[in-house]
Amino acid sequence: MTEPLLRVEGLHAGYGAVPVLRDVGLSVAARTITAVLGANGAGKTTLLRTLSGLLAPTAGRIVFDGADLRGVRVERLVHRGLAHVPEGRGVVAELTVDENLRLGGLWRRDRADARRALDEVYHLFEPLARRRQHAGHQLSGGERQMLALGRALVARPRLLLLDEPSLGLAPRVTAQIMALLQRLRDDTGLTVLLVEQNVRSALSVADQGVVMSLGRVAAATTATRLRDDEHLRHAYLGF
Amino acid sequence: MTQSPYATVDARPSPLRRLLPPPPGAAGPRGSTLLRHLVLAVLAGAAVVLLTNQLEPYRNLQVARVCAFLCVTAGFTILVGLNGQLSLGHGALMATGAYTVALVQRGLDGRDLRGQWSVPLSLLLAVAVTALLGLVIGLAAARLRGPYLAGVTLAVATLVPAVTTIFTGVFNGEQGLPFPVATPPAFLGAYFQPERWLAWIALLAALLTMLLMANLVRSRYGRSLRAVRDDEVAARLAGIHVARTQVLAFVVSAGCAGLGGGVYAVLTATVASGKFPLELSLFLLMAIVIGGLGSLAGAVWGALLLVALQDLPALLTEAFTLPGGLAQRLEGNLALAVFGLILIVVMLVAPGGLQDAVRKATARLGRRRPRPSR
Repeated sequence: MTEPLLRVEGLHAGYGAVPVLRDVGLSVAARTITAVLGANGAGKTTLLRTLSGLLAPTAGRIVFDGADLRGVRVERLVHRGLAHVPEGRGVVAELTVDENLRLGGLWRRDRADARRALDEVYHLFEPLARRRQHAGHQLSGGERQMLALGRALVARPRLLLLDEPSLGLAPRVTAQIMALLQRLRDDTGLTVLLVEQNVRSALSVADQGVVMSLGRVAAATTATRLRDDEHLRHAYLGF
Repeated sequence: MTQSPYATVDARPSPLRRLLPPPPGAAGPRGSTLLRHLVLAVLAGAAVVLLTNQLEPYRNLQVARVCAFLCVTAGFTILVGLNGQLSLGHGALMATGAYTVALVQRGLDGRDLRGQWSVPLSLLLAVAVTALLGLVIGLAAARLRGPYLAGVTLAVATLVPAVTTIFTGVFNGEQGLPFPVATPPAFLGAYFQPERWLAWIALLAALLTMLLMANLVRSRYGRSLRAVRDDEVAARLAGIHVARTQVLAFVVSAGCAGLGGGVYAVLTATVASGKFPLELSLFLLMAIVIGGLGSLAGAVWGALLLVALQDLPALLTEAFTLPGGLAQRLEGNLALAVFGLILIVVMLVAPGGLQDAVRKATARLGRRRPRPSR
């Protein structure tokens, strides 16, 4: 078996004295979409924050593309190809759409490719192209999600950490975003770790599913099994 | 596209937002930013040079002082407005630049090294020394936020004048350091007004600063500065080193303050710590807020205001025969009172500052023009 793009072993993390993640382990193969599912407070967002370096783990290993990520600063992680789109979008409200997107490629040495990536993002997200000069705070929720996603893509990541992209969006927009993730996986080989409350829509595009419960991984299996196994569904996903 | 119920939560406007003019957006017509700014700078420079040829010596010194302050406010507005870091110590950074110029000029003169090159050299050193001090403060500042940062920079504002009185041997205490400045070059003629020459030096420094800052604002660093101001997490996730960006902003604005302070010292050919009290730091902050935070045009307004208010007491005592005691009391306090009053009025009427008010007024005028009927 080939080495997974991301491997997490015995990860513990929390906020101050409050432990959230307990002994989390998972592995994400390249060119797959993995959905992280679970109830509120299961530790899904904390997992992503720890993976992207926003939160320091108290124990455990995060191996990305063969390298240990411990002690690597957030901004360096982006340079290594790990992009995080946080919940609540993380769009810079005072900058325009164009400036927000260019922010994503700011650190890149290859200016020409950064520009190319920018054009591609505008191509992917029609509405953004129409609102280039609008400030971030003037966008709708869906546009804002596109912008955050677009900014992450300008950095040409290999692993995309996506936190609740469907939050507050109409089902149609959510479906569009899910379809886009699938397309990116197939066309560019992007690997996605997707945190979602919306289980059905997440499992509709995911290859793998990880179910979290009270800070631990309760189940990790293929998305198809999660969809079909009535017992698992009842126990953790509530439908 | 549906409006997200979270949209209002997401917006998270920064507390300084109300004071800020709308984001500059794209630079309108495409083309070389540097070239456009260069043309603007040359035009502005030519206009001021023509102006100085018409003015009497005292007015020329006023022009020079505006230019000196413009160096400071241009850099300062980038730190506060674009990067969202508050500093109450920029008056002290000006003092640092001024003392550097004084010490270098005296040192050169003592070694019989005189010439037109000496002032640019000492100004350059002033920028370097102040930028270095800015680096030290900036490193501390990057770890601090809001009121704590204000506190540290406030300490700097009081510390630098104190240093000059402690090391009397070097800085000559309250008396300050007079230093020689080269007279206008011979090719300008024997009767060339020295004040005009000083105004030109200050003008050159101001134009250079404005040019550099204008390009900085439009560059990728400008965008990083604003991203860090608005949302540190988003900036970090976009691959921006937040602390480094903040330190950079501090170094740049400190260098500008050093240049402005140095020029200011050259104008009077002397430097004393009394010229850079704590009030100066507060004035600088008020000036850029009144002018329009984060806007270089606002920095021009601020610089004009600083000089106008400095000269206000003298103007009043000249215009009205005031009793001696009252005139003396006004000397120290009038500028502060007037500044505070203007600040309150401007914030009520035009929270975006004078520049924002001007922009809105011209936009309104443009709209009022009769439209061609179809």
